[in-house]
Amino acid sequence: MRLVGVVWAIGRNTLTELVRQKVFYFLLIFALLVIGNSAFIAKLSFQEQFQMLKDISLGAMSVFGSLLAILATANFLPKDMEDRTIYTILAKPVPRFCYLLGKLCGVLALLAIAILLMSGLFLAVLWLRESTVLAETREQFVSASPEDLALAVKEVTASTFNLNLLPGILVIFIKSALLASLTLFISTFATSSIFTILMAVALYFIGHLQATAREYWLSGVDVEWWSRLLAAMVSLLFPDLQAFNLTDDIIAGTAVPLKLFLGTAALGGLYIAIYFALAALVFSGREL
Amino acid sequence: MRWRQVAAVLLLALGGAAMLPLQGRLAREAQAAHFRKTSLDIDLRERIGQAGFLAALSGFRSPLAALLWIEAHAAWENTEWGRMAGLFDTVTTLQPRSLTYWDMASWHMAWNAAIAALQNEKQPSEALRIKAQREYFDLGRDFLERGIKNNPDRYQLYLQLAVLLRDKFEDHCAAALAFEKAALFPDAPAYAARFAGYELAKCPGHERDAYEKLRALWFQGENQRLPSLINLLRDMENRLDIPAAERIDSAPALPQTR
Repeated sequence: MRLVGVVWAIGRNTLTELVRQKVFYFLLIFALLVIGNSAFIAKLSFQEQFQMLKDISLGAMSVFGSLLAILATANFLPKDMEDRTIYTILAKPVPRFCYLLGKLCGVLALLAIAILLMSGLFLAVLWLRESTVLAETREQFVSASPEDLALAVKEVTASTFNLNLLPGILVIFIKSALLASLTLFISTFATSSIFTILMAVALYFIGHLQATAREYWLSGVDVEWWSRLLAAMVSLLFPDLQAFNLTDDIIAGTAVPLKLFLGTAALGGLYIAIYFALAALVFSGREL
Repeated sequence: MRWRQVAAVLLLALGGAAMLPLQGRLAREAQAAHFRKTSLDIDLRERIGQAGFLAALSGFRSPLAALLWIEAHAAWENTEWGRMAGLFDTVTTLQPRSLTYWDMASWHMAWNAAIAALQNEKQPSEALRIKAQREYFDLGRDFLERGIKNNPDRYQLYLQLAVLLRDKFEDHCAAALAFEKAALFPDAPAYAARFAGYELAKCPGHERDAYEKLRALWFQGENQRLPSLINLLRDMENRLDIPAAERIDSAPALPQTR
């Protein structure tokens, strides 16, 4: 119970510290992007408008979430060493893994808040555009039959919000959390935050390609044991980030089966747990 | 220090072994649910450039598709039909599950570009203008057919294909078939089945089938008994010489529904 309190205290402080670094200013850029995009696409058909709005907004959420996860996590260990706060904390009866867990929880809380705020903004703009289009539709159908109007309204509302967007947003959060955990692992053996950031960004790109590589290695009938071992090592060293790219198809209207969503969430949880365990293992033996 | 290295390697190997089947299973489930169907190949790489391809590989397929669509819209404003077709091709490759992209791409080609080709003042030969128009019709049809291949679980593109076949190709038999395929989906609008009957009525040699289908629709109830259906049925009854007792006007009235 004491350890939970320790993790909670470190997590809360990490979050406060990150908020004081004015990281939420990026939301201004996100807002500009979403609102600016929404104003620009007003001359397109309503189907195109909603498609663009969802494409750009969810894509931006994914970029900002990933960047925030990497940058916020890469910075805290070198910064704590430079400020010497890490020595003060670890001089107390605080196990090293609790320190890391607290830091990770702080970053995850920041990511959750950021993604919630971005989702709120995106949904508000989507709702506003939907209201405008619906008002225009009602004006155009003023002399039409109630059935025709209902059909037109149904078509507009079907193009805007659908419940599948929610698992899509949750998967963006899970992917960002995975990247935070991976960056944490890198930062435990890295010598500078620049190295950590570069490594994490490189792994981000590799992670999107590893599914293709795995498919190539494991295709065919007679797969050698060493191919399997190599694929297993690769699949852990480089996270399969394509597995978390559900939003592209969700935006296009594909429904996410619950089993697929839960499986993706479980995969994310497994990656986070393993990277965290590796980080704790490496950090426990690190000379400070 | 050594035991930590051994433990880390063990953790990696065991974790990887546990992860591999889960990843494989998820990939199969995703494919079955129509996720991750985009093929990012060399052809696409050449069309979108290195940076675009990297963006597509890095999980930014949909924003990239949106940006290219806006570019295509700008090309439309400048009536650059060829460039539009190329951009539509790329966008639909990036987002094959988006019905809007397939539908709009087909509409731009078969309607807007085709009309522009027919009215092209720079082309003095009428035969060549008509040829160009037909090529755009074909392009529009090709977008819809490829769209259907990528979205066999949704009715919307079947409907659009039927409309295209009816209005541009005047191929009523094929249009009837496409309307009928759309009508098979449980969430398809009621008019899909009706339109399938209307088109079949114009398909030479299938008048009797069309009459049976439309009559069956008429018997479905008030929501299908539109003036267009009733008028066509009466007309067909005359043409097919249907006995008076079998005609719809002799059929017993439906019970009143609320």
